[in-house]
Amino acid sequence: MKYLIKKICTLIITLLVISLLSFLAFQVIPGDAALSRLGTGATEQKRESLRREMGLDRPMLERYGSWLKGFLKGDMGESYTYSVPVSGLIREKLPITLAITGMAFVWMLAVSIPLGLLAGKFAGRLPDRILTVLNQLVMSVPGFFMGILITCLFGLALHWFTPGGYVSYQEGWRPFLGYLFFPSVSIALPKCAMGVKLLRSSVIGELNQDYVRTAYSRGNSQTQALFGHVLKNSLLPVLTFWALAIADIVASSVILEQVFTIPGLGTLLVQSISNRDYPVVQAVIVLVAGLTVAINFLVDVLYGVIDPRVNLR
Amino acid sequence: MKKFQARLVGALVLTLALALGGCAGEKTAGDDSQTESSSQSSSTKSPQEEGSSIVVGIPQDLEDSLDPHKAEMAGTREIFFNVFEGLVKPDTEGNFVDAVASSHTISEDHKTYAFTLREGVKFHNGAPVTVDDVKYSIERCADASEGEPLVPAFSAVDKVNTPDDQTVEIVLKNPDTEFLAYLTTAIIPKDYDQQDTQPVGTGPFKYVSRTPQDNIVMEKNPDYWGEPAKLDKITFKVLTDANAVVTNLKGGSVDMCFHLNATQIAGLGDDFRIFEGTMNLVQALYLNNKEKPFDDARVRQALCYAVDRQQVLDMVADGKGTVIGTSMFPAFGKYYMPELADVYAQDVEKAKALLKEAGYEDGFEMTITVPSNYQQHVDAAQILAEQLKAISVDAKIELIEWDSWLSDVYMDRKFQSTVVGVDASTLTARAMLDRFVSDDESNFINFNNQEYDEMFEKALGTADDAEQVKFYQRMEEILNEDAANVYIQDMADCVAMNPKFDGYEFYPLYALDMSKVHPAEE
Repeated sequence: MKYLIKKICTLIITLLVISLLSFLAFQVIPGDAALSRLGTGATEQKRESLRREMGLDRPMLERYGSWLKGFLKGDMGESYTYSVPVSGLIREKLPITLAITGMAFVWMLAVSIPLGLLAGKFAGRLPDRILTVLNQLVMSVPGFFMGILITCLFGLALHWFTPGGYVSYQEGWRPFLGYLFFPSVSIALPKCAMGVKLLRSSVIGELNQDYVRTAYSRGNSQTQALFGHVLKNSLLPVLTFWALAIADIVASSVILEQVFTIPGLGTLLVQSISNRDYPVVQAVIVLVAGLTVAINFLVDVLYGVIDPRVNLR
Repeated sequence: MKKFQARLVGALVLTLALALGGCAGEKTAGDDSQTESSSQSSSTKSPQEEGSSIVVGIPQDLEDSLDPHKAEMAGTREIFFNVFEGLVKPDTEGNFVDAVASSHTISEDHKTYAFTLREGVKFHNGAPVTVDDVKYSIERCADASEGEPLVPAFSAVDKVNTPDDQTVEIVLKNPDTEFLAYLTTAIIPKDYDQQDTQPVGTGPFKYVSRTPQDNIVMEKNPDYWGEPAKLDKITFKVLTDANAVVTNLKGGSVDMCFHLNATQIAGLGDDFRIFEGTMNLVQALYLNNKEKPFDDARVRQALCYAVDRQQVLDMVADGKGTVIGTSMFPAFGKYYMPELADVYAQDVEKAKALLKEAGYEDGFEMTITVPSNYQQHVDAAQILAEQLKAISVDAKIELIEWDSWLSDVYMDRKFQSTVVGVDASTLTARAMLDRFVSDDESNFINFNNQEYDEMFEKALGTADDAEQVKFYQRMEEILNEDAANVYIQDMADCVAMNPKFDGYEFYPLYALDMSKVHPAEE
């Protein structure tokens, strides 16, 4: 219980620090939301009056304070760029990003479990060697570059999808998911490679355990031993990785959304930064950071649940 | 072992549920909206209505207020040309035709502009347009209680009279022959406070919705007073990626795109209707006249002589565009002086001589600051930098984010030179020329020429149109003689349309008139 309270305190402090840091960042970069909206129509007077209207003329700490107060009450403020509530903007964009991350996560599980087992089972033999090489290759390619490669190959050369031809989920669920297929694959691939590698070494480690020999001696075939006994034990260390990968997937999706021109949370974040629209930036950053911290926390707790030997202090 | 197994399964299910929870959650949300949209799409797909809705790709998101008096981006203005109208509106020739007003008279002294309201003009919310709405709109723009009026030119308004419920009289403080151009400013309903997010106007299309970074939807205004629009629905789809424009057009998910460059047009092949016009802006290498070495007119002239403008056009846009020599573009008709384009024909020897005279015999280093989001300006800057090497000027290109450009270059004037395009918000010569008056707030190049300032005073003071044109033309000459900037071109602007549609027309200013676009007749 003490552990839980300690963790939750860290979580809150982390979020506070992150939100304050991103707020501070806006003091450093040139330009502000007022100027961004006025563009070349800007004059000093117009800029000043718009700054007043937006409340940008107040001291920085006061602005942070009022933002924080609103945020804690569940009011994320209003976007300077679009003059609409930030919560509405996020509600519109969140499903898109969640869909990509969800799909990427599913691909990751679906690919890395069978391949990891295969590689572990045939360790040192041909399937394993092929997989190791492929793994190295895929792992060393960053997600955004994978996205560009996939766009070139499947989009421009093979015409399997239209690059930039994003279809909103409001227009249809199937074409929407269809467009997200390749982006989610680009995100999932490097994670798959990592997962296969981890599962492989975990399986190899488990295969040498005494209980496996006992299983054989009880008349299990290799496959039976693998699925009946080895699998669940070797999944344990990989589980941590998967959970942490979710946070990583969210982060990659911010970048991949740019590559595939998908108007999700990532695009919203990037655009809002360039428009100096800090209520939006704050909300997205706190959301993503909160998700990451929460998942980390959950993994810690889960670990204790799965393996009682792990003692939570 | 059993216990562990159960736990493992439990934990697995939990992680999976966590990851997929979001997915499943919005699946239902998506299903709802799908049923919604499928009912819509079934109606748009019915055979007799096929082609009556169009998807138009726009090159940037509208990161702007939708309030017509507060919107600043040219990109917002051109799209909302379909939603808003002023007392008058421009036609494709650059004349002003009556819109919300049915007729207008301008007094002899050019101080009183009187308008008779058109019968039966309705706002998109169904309310009829009254003189009170007009008075409200004008006064809202002229209101200077916040320091400066919403529309700066409206500071000239003295009062707005409504002698009867059909007539509006706008009385100016000083005579102004060009004021009609500013009365294209949108007429909006009185005391409606949601223009920012749910704008209401009188135009041929009404605003439906905006999804940031995704789309803007408009529908036909069935009660339009004039010739009704031929399309029922327009979806403006944000396509920031230049390649996506081509693939979307080819794939058929977008029917029309505008502001296309030569490369994109070439990528489209022959299957599209292409309309060619000009951007109506002045692309130039803008020089900070206060910064060394550009405080010396001879150095500025040397740069003008050193560059080959036609080569810029050839390399950036396949030769499309119009070479210009001052802050005015061809669409301005009577004000435009084509002869100024040839004053600085490339002459490297002359450029070197001028530099020698100014004491820069061995050349110098300079920085060209370019907003990185405008590829056409970046390209132009690169070619200019290459050309300037001939006179030993070493130009470094510094790419900068648009918002930093606005703040550092435009507002704080901390730059040496920059390549951008400057456009006109209204169809008046003043809109292009007033920014170079020495004490103007938008004079970001710090141009300072006494004769120029005097000419501007005279142009504002006269009530005689022909005389005014002369003053403005003299100002254009001064900009050219004094080499305020290295003027390059009015860029080419292409519109590509799926052959299913037809009927696009260019305007001499930022306007994307969709009311004339119609399904093509087979």
